[in-house]
Amino acid sequence: MPPDQSSRNFDVSRLREQHRLMWRIRALEQAALRGLAEKVVLGAIHPSIGQEAVAAGVVGNLRRDDILLSTHRGHGHTLAKGADSEAMLRELLGRVGGTCGGKGGSMHIADFQVGMLGANGVVGANIVIAAGAAHAIKLRREDRVVCCIFGDGAINRGPFLEGLNWAAVFGLPVLFVCEDNGFAATTRTASMTAGAGPATRARAFGIVAEEVDGNDILAVDAAVQGLLAQVRGGGGPRFLHASTYRLTGHTGADAAPYRPAEEVAARRLEEPIGRAAELLRGAGVDAAALAADQAAAEAEIAAAYEAAFAAPYPEAAEAFRDVQDVGSPLQGAF
Amino acid sequence: MARMTYLAAARAALAEEMRRDPLVWAVGEDLGRGGVFGQYAGLVEEFGPERISDAPISEAAILGASVGAALMGTRPVVEMRFSDFALCAVDELVNQAAKARFMFGGQGRVPLVVREPIGMWRSSAAQHSQSLEAWYAHIPGLVVACPATPADNKGLLKSAIRCDDPVVYMEHKNLWPLEGEVPEGEHLVPFGVARRVRAGGDVTIVSWSQQVHVCAEAAEALAGEGIGVDLIDLRTLWPWDRVMVLESAARTGRLLVCHEAVAVAGFGAEIAATVAEHTSAKVRRLGAPRAPVGYAPPVEDAVRVGAAAVAATARSMMGR
Repeated sequence: MPPDQSSRNFDVSRLREQHRLMWRIRALEQAALRGLAEKVVLGAIHPSIGQEAVAAGVVGNLRRDDILLSTHRGHGHTLAKGADSEAMLRELLGRVGGTCGGKGGSMHIADFQVGMLGANGVVGANIVIAAGAAHAIKLRREDRVVCCIFGDGAINRGPFLEGLNWAAVFGLPVLFVCEDNGFAATTRTASMTAGAGPATRARAFGIVAEEVDGNDILAVDAAVQGLLAQVRGGGGPRFLHASTYRLTGHTGADAAPYRPAEEVAARRLEEPIGRAAELLRGAGVDAAALAADQAAAEAEIAAAYEAAFAAPYPEAAEAFRDVQDVGSPLQGAF
Repeated sequence: MARMTYLAAARAALAEEMRRDPLVWAVGEDLGRGGVFGQYAGLVEEFGPERISDAPISEAAILGASVGAALMGTRPVVEMRFSDFALCAVDELVNQAAKARFMFGGQGRVPLVVREPIGMWRSSAAQHSQSLEAWYAHIPGLVVACPATPADNKGLLKSAIRCDDPVVYMEHKNLWPLEGEVPEGEHLVPFGVARRVRAGGDVTIVSWSQQVHVCAEAAEALAGEGIGVDLIDLRTLWPWDRVMVLESAARTGRLLVCHEAVAVAGFGAEIAATVAEHTSAKVRRLGAPRAPVGYAPPVEDAVRVGAAAVAATARSMMGR
């Protein structure tokens, strides 16, 4: 069970905003699952249901001109960075007007207008790209920062070592966030990971690292505010390990039979939106207002889904656009 | 014109582009000491350690960070020391750099140059001698350049640095000391325009990189026998100059493609197939046996495609 929250101090309006954002993320994920069931979301999706406090608590603290690198499980991060929900759903449905024109889909969702430089279909690949984005910021003497979110599985990939070392050696403005949902695809991460975990590995590079309950939006928010202030102050990279739990399977098609139902049921009691609602109720926000947050989010996403569904697919010629400037993609082909 | 080496020509190209555009910077292992072959000698003194940046031995980070830095609008020139080592960064090049523009729907560009020295020199064995250009020619999104002369190593590198897409830039290690005339100042060689090394009417030979010089030696010997070789230096494998190659092959009726890389699934197969599809020319290709490069000189030489083999193949195509 979650800890007693009755004695915590917080900014009610800020938490209310986060509550709304988490509902928007969850509604978007549920719409994506609906699309998958209706066979209009065509490829794999990786839902973040249960992990919304990481997206809201981390990304909600970024400025619009800050840079975000995300993962294959990146819908929530992208929405929190300010991407338009309808453009996101158009992308998931592969339609005109998608953030990537329908050419990337869920795993490559990106919105450069809001500083979201891409989800990534390769685990851990975003870590070195994020270091490089921060490198460019430093070379150009800009004051913005980079945030790189990756999963617990990524800490066993080489780019984790190479990217953290790089960011530390060059003193780059990047916040690394390990969003630990306990599973590397369908394998329990702990069973395949040596040592004391992500934060310990980060500290081995001399990077200040904190660990937080990733389902506690207040804790995530507070930790990120502190770490981001240090990054913005020129302190070099910082690291956050946020522990959460993936309430769905690895993909929308994964029923996750590899874990007991009792485990999932117990973890569902600790999911972040309910915990935020409990805090808000304790602060005097009435149940109708909280229900209205949910209803508004669901209405927004339902409208976005209908608009995305009504939008056309891109024309076939898009297959050959934005490949590269020189050389025809059709040379030598059928 | 100035007489300079292949190595000095590339260094001049980089220095000129860094003076022209403050967004150009170079990153790789040992660059502060001039780079493993001296290609960067003197540059840190002019441009400072931020723009001629050392790097840890972290190929994935060197290339991956350059992808991020390129998406942010800078123009990194990435040094990989050996094309063999660049295999540690294939995800960053193939899955990230080559695809970002397309899969993000044109929202971003990746204007980076990755320098991957290729080829056999003396006794560098299996992990420091490979010619892997065909791998990258296969990947949509990448430009592949393989300069053979000092002038081209200046003109192609400058074009590569100005290119808004990722360029795999493969210099041949054996060519570093090669001297030649190099145009001073603004000298840009466009991608996809081959160079006719010598004109002839009997056999078309297409090659690139160091192997162009081997083929030129063979062509000289063949000329003494009355066989005229139309020798084409492709310069870039993607895009490649189909117009010049098809015109020449159709005219001579004979195409020999020759490269240092392994023959099997080499880029010569692409050229041979294209010529076979579009002309009635007789087609042959020459490349290395499908064996790793050995250390001992006789073992190493056994996989070299030498001038004698090139000449012998051309003679046999002529029925001699």
